[in-house]
Amino acid sequence: MPPLTSRPPTTPVLAAETRHAVSVVLNGTPRTGHAHPRLLLSDFLRHELGAHGTRVGCEHGVCGACTVRLDGVAVRACLTLAVQADGRRIDTVEGLAAANQGRMTALQEAFRRHHALQCGFCTAGILMSLTDYLGRNPKPTEEELRDMLSGHLCRCTGYAGIVRAVMDVTGQAGGVPARGPAEGGHV
Amino acid sequence: MTATQTVEVKGDPAPLAAPLVGRAMPRVEDAALLTGVARYADDLPVKPGTLHAAILRSPHAHAELLDIDFAAALAVPGVAAVVTGADAKRHASAFLVGVRAPMEHWCLAIDRVRHVGEPVAVVLADSRYQAEDALDRIEVRYRPLPPVTSIAQALGEGALAEGSEPLHPAVGSNLVNSRSFRYGDPEAAFARATRTVSIEVEYPRNSCTPMECFVVLADYDAAEDAYEVLSNFSGPFAVHPVMARALNVPGSRLRLKTPPHSGGSFGNKQAVFPYVVLMGLCARVAGRPVKWVEDRLEHLMAATSATARRMRIEAAVEPDGRVLALRMEQTEDCGAYLRAPEPASLYRNHGNLTGAYDIAHLAVTNRIVVTNKTPTGLNRGFGGGQLYYGLERLMNRVAAELGLDPLDVIRRNLVAAEAMPYRTASGGTLDSGDYRATLEQAVRDGGLEALKARRDALRAEGRLYGIGYAAVVEPSISNMGYITTVLTAEERRKAGPKNGAQATASVAVDPTGGVSVTVASAPQGQGHRTVLAQVVADVFGLRFEDIRVNTDLDTGKDAWSIASGNYSSRFAGAVAGAAQVAATRLRGRMAALVAGLLNCRAADVRFAGGRVFSDANPDNGLSFSRVAAAGHWAPGTLPDGQEAALRETAFWTPEPLKAPTDADHINSSACYGFIFDFCGVEIDRTTGAPRIDRYVTMHDAGRLLNPLLVEGQILGGFAHAVGTALFEEYAYGDDGRFLSGTFADYLVPTACEVPVPVILHRESPSPVTPLGAKGVGEGNCMSTPVCLANAVADALSGVAVGGLPPLPPSLPLTPAKLAALIHPPEPPRPAPATGASASPMPAAVPGGRGLTGEGSREVPATPEQVWAILLDPKELAALLPGCEALELVGPNAYRAEVVVGIGPVRGRYTAEVALSDLDPPNALTLTGSGTSALGSGSGTGHVTLEPTATGTRVTYRYGASVGGKVAAVGGRMLDSASRLLIGQFFEKLVARAGGPAASARPPSLLVRLLRLLGLTR
Amino acid sequence: MKPASFDYLRPATVADALAALAAGGDDARVIAGGQSLMPMLNMRLVQPRLLIDLGRLEELRSLRAEDGWLTVGAAVTQAEVLARPTLAREVPLLAAALPWVGHVQTRNRGTLCGSVAHADPSAETPLCLVASGGEVVLRNAKRRRTVPAADFFLGPLTTVKAADEIVESVRFPLARPGSGHAFREVSMRHGDFAITACAATVDGERASLAVGGVADRPTLRSWPLTAGGLPPDLDDALNAFAWDLGGDDDQHATARYRRDLVRRIGRTVLEEALSCRR
Repeated sequence: MPPLTSRPPTTPVLAAETRHAVSVVLNGTPRTGHAHPRLLLSDFLRHELGAHGTRVGCEHGVCGACTVRLDGVAVRACLTLAVQADGRRIDTVEGLAAANQGRMTALQEAFRRHHALQCGFCTAGILMSLTDYLGRNPKPTEEELRDMLSGHLCRCTGYAGIVRAVMDVTGQAGGVPARGPAEGGHV
Repeated sequence: MTATQTVEVKGDPAPLAAPLVGRAMPRVEDAALLTGVARYADDLPVKPGTLHAAILRSPHAHAELLDIDFAAALAVPGVAAVVTGADAKRHASAFLVGVRAPMEHWCLAIDRVRHVGEPVAVVLADSRYQAEDALDRIEVRYRPLPPVTSIAQALGEGALAEGSEPLHPAVGSNLVNSRSFRYGDPEAAFARATRTVSIEVEYPRNSCTPMECFVVLADYDAAEDAYEVLSNFSGPFAVHPVMARALNVPGSRLRLKTPPHSGGSFGNKQAVFPYVVLMGLCARVAGRPVKWVEDRLEHLMAATSATARRMRIEAAVEPDGRVLALRMEQTEDCGAYLRAPEPASLYRNHGNLTGAYDIAHLAVTNRIVVTNKTPTGLNRGFGGGQLYYGLERLMNRVAAELGLDPLDVIRRNLVAAEAMPYRTASGGTLDSGDYRATLEQAVRDGGLEALKARRDALRAEGRLYGIGYAAVVEPSISNMGYITTVLTAEERRKAGPKNGAQATASVAVDPTGGVSVTVASAPQGQGHRTVLAQVVADVFGLRFEDIRVNTDLDTGKDAWSIASGNYSSRFAGAVAGAAQVAATRLRGRMAALVAGLLNCRAADVRFAGGRVFSDANPDNGLSFSRVAAAGHWAPGTLPDGQEAALRETAFWTPEPLKAPTDADHINSSACYGFIFDFCGVEIDRTTGAPRIDRYVTMHDAGRLLNPLLVEGQILGGFAHAVGTALFEEYAYGDDGRFLSGTFADYLVPTACEVPVPVILHRESPSPVTPLGAKGVGEGNCMSTPVCLANAVADALSGVAVGGLPPLPPSLPLTPAKLAALIHPPEPPRPAPATGASASPMPAAVPGGRGLTGEGSREVPATPEQVWAILLDPKELAALLPGCEALELVGPNAYRAEVVVGIGPVRGRYTAEVALSDLDPPNALTLTGSGTSALGSGSGTGHVTLEPTATGTRVTYRYGASVGGKVAAVGGRMLDSASRLLIGQFFEKLVARAGGPAASARPPSLLVRLLRLLGLTR
Repeated sequence: MKPASFDYLRPATVADALAALAAGGDDARVIAGGQSLMPMLNMRLVQPRLLIDLGRLEELRSLRAEDGWLTVGAAVTQAEVLARPTLAREVPLLAAALPWVGHVQTRNRGTLCGSVAHADPSAETPLCLVASGGEVVLRNAKRRRTVPAADFFLGPLTTVKAADEIVESVRFPLARPGSGHAFREVSMRHGDFAITACAATVDGERASLAVGGVADRPTLRSWPLTAGGLPPDLDDALNAFAWDLGGDDDQHATARYRRDLVRRIGRTVLEEALSCRR
């Protein structure tokens, strides 16, 4: 990992009408772009740095599509200003396979196997949340997992495939819930 | 190669390997989507100089549009142009409307706005940020009109507000279409039935809200008078002519492209079409390319909605529950405009109005009304959720009123297997299936007996638990003629017959043996490319990865027709079928090409394992790529009269789809799947919260092409249905304000709210489609909401609130609505303790969604003194919160500059304030209204002054109305904010009149609250 | 949905931040986690001229329990507080309520002080602060003052905080031995703002109940214990409390439903708090 840009702790007031240099380490690579103070991190990543993999679904922090990792932690890019990310490490969906010798990660493969995505618009955010979350909680219960996933909206899958994929990749019962009168299940 | 040419291929030799069709193949789409390299519309490069659009939208539900002043907007840095209705009048036309009524709908409001969020002007600037800066500088003057906010109001039931007029005055009524249909002999059946059972239900507005919003990139070529637009439009492409006509060009001069990936639609992306026209217009006016990305607030507020429907439905029944006849009255709320392809929601199921049941006699009245709400359009389940909510609730009531098991009532009425294909009363042809056997299989494999035992055990513990059922047919592949059922037979004769559902597919081989498939199905995430690769690989005996499927569409180059697009679950039956037809024809052509080389007849040429060989001598063969190359490199070797075997385009339409008959019989869809669901639901006695304990959904969707994707469709449809049933509603206030503008207000279920259903299958291939497949993605949006409601009805049967158990409330079945049915009456408010001071806050008037309140205060001054304060402009200016300037503009009429807000939220309003109904010194009415970038606000306060022993009792009653953004995103706090604000006004009055200040709150609070609310009195 | 223009300052010290805030007056806003402010900026409901970012100020990152208080600085995130191993012992109400605040991803950035300053009537953190008898530490360029939580909230999005002040920290009293605490919330979906949230504390001789989501601010009421148990007329007391809270109808729930939950969930949490005293 290259060293983070070192900056003095105080920046002068960044004028509203000026585009200011913003340097980040994006998926391990130092990148610099320019941003007005009001530019959202989601727009900066997509339209300034050309990292389109991060999607924008609501711009008010509920849907989770734009979730990226800021210094390793999953956050909403739409609720973060580009200038706030200056000097920090950002990881997006493009970096997952890139950091895995160009092959999809086990999590991505599990998503494919379990049909955990359809239109794919929410997927990048979910993958970034999961990458952070599973690093801290490598074997979540289904209840814990669903609690974490509730920070993302998916309109295609009903979440079943996503849950199955994660339970599978964390080595838990293939992700297929037991059938019985009390619980749902799959046939 | 033409559409009509066919090459007969006798026999379908079995491939060497097991077929790919029917296998649960993971998707070819996923690698791009999972690694972030997929290209959605907003990811595509734009031309240099592209302008970014932001749309100014109406904060009013209903208002005359008097004047737009955008001079200040043009002065904002980066702004290139502002486009208004005047430009639309100059360069565009109104959209075509599906019924014969004088209703004009334009891409920008012309002289009236009819729903919150209706586009009024567009700013074009170098960036979206700058365009939004300029939106705040446009000043629009409106004259608000009373809004129509319910079906009952639209029908003129009850008193109309003063000044009401129809949305479209030329129509003369908000009831814009009404048709009655009669099939069989319903009167006689009702006369002979032992009894009738009826029910009335309302279905709410909601929407599937894809995660990706609308995107349009538009360019205009002045030299050719042609538009080129890229948009995530989903079809139906029957709307393409509507767009072209609105832009005043032939279809050939509206080149519409779709991006490689789309972030979901569920029908909703049909509704981008007015914006395709709007942005085309903008590009023309600005002379530069234009890009618009809809944001979520815009989408929720104004994109589209499922129709709301009121349904009265009545059954003539025998004592055993057999239904002899149905009588239906359906009234459909299509919103402010009847937008293409509406009124399709109401007619999509016309051929299957009797559902899965054998009911020969049917009387139907269909009414279409307009309301001051967002225009409606395609939405997963399209009309099915509405229809079956009435029909299956009715079947449930039949059982309840006759004291029968609801499952037995369903069993007794299902269409028999022997009757297939079954012609319904209204003209539909149910094509295949054994509904009764399917139901019994679900009962057995889904564990109904265990579920009943569980219900009994939980009820014995005093818990509220119910089981619900629903049986529906799921139509797929819409007949493009069904919408014309809304017209009379005579009107249809004049317009010419409309029917069919033409699907297209092209299959091509390149010189290396690569196979390309191109379709016009505009996929929205379902995995069309995967299924088409399976289908075509099987035809050619190739590997899955040998087939490349291209689904982005260009109407300037690709084969398409009006039925193209992604809707009515038409892919598996129609599009995959058309691809198989095209591939099979091309294979036949290649067989003819190599038959000579292989010394066999074309009919004996086999394609398998990547090779082409003679059936009689499998060792004598060529590689597929060699044969493909021959088609390109050696056309001279082709037998006489043969065209090169390079590309084949098939146009396929389902044979049974005819135009409506003169007697209004219509087979509205090509195939009909069958669904039987049952579920267990518990209602929490404390909170009223419903919990889905178990859900079993049984599908017969014909042949399954890819079970993994079928399961995905069912799970996704089920999740939407859970949202519809329990959470989602586009809510409006009585004043027409829209209340569901964020994903914190419009409640999409999360992973914590969607259970995993048990999915069961049975496969009865459709005789209609080439592959025997039927649609599968929409069914649970039809069956699940009513199945859950029936379970809630069963659970409520254990509640006795003075006699009969309550019926389920309207959707969504929220905890608050259910609690109101199961909780005893609220204990009364205790008398206030002596000495306690009355709250300075006004009390809300209960009921309704209007912002209303009332209260009274004692003032230590005479009524005359109070009167003088209210009538003195200087005093009034001091009383009006946030008032920076007050100018007299007429007798007791003022223009005020006010800045109103709450906390950090604030807006600047120019408000019109008036005093009226003056009865000195006893009573007056204070009114105010204004508009800011945050929205509109208005209020009326009736004030009476009564002398008391120590001064004056000031009594007031107010009604306020707030529209636009601030209502859409802040609805939760509007009441308390307005109450606080009004209370503050009167505190000031008290202070002014010499009384002690009742509160220590800083006056700036008052300012801020008024700013937020636009309560500019 | 893009913010209006503003200048942006990332100060080196709190003093710098406060000086800028004093100079900016009503047109300046501070941002820490931004999980409440950013949506309002994006929707242009709030249009400051100057945004002062407290998020990286080390001075505001204190999270410590001492002298009977858990003090949470303005830059401390909800996730950091929730991850504190001793939280359930120190402020059990907060440990029970924080998982209900938004979602994992918003808690990673959202701060407790930001939620308190935002003063949403349905938010959990202000409720816990009121329920536990906490305090808000306000600071401007000249002085620091401490306001009891019960006096801090005035109405929706409205507090006693002056324009030149920041919420420097919030302080929760550490749970005393023998006290019991319980929290419950009813919301439409997991992570939504509460329709009604109830936080109960039974401590020494009194039982108290704080309610969020019903009135226009979190509101506390307490009753003396009777023979070590809840008051015999608790139902009447809860009914009176519910009516005093009032509540409003919105698209998801009626005022009556909210009051019903005060009566029912209120009793439940009081009983739970009583029974889990330790």
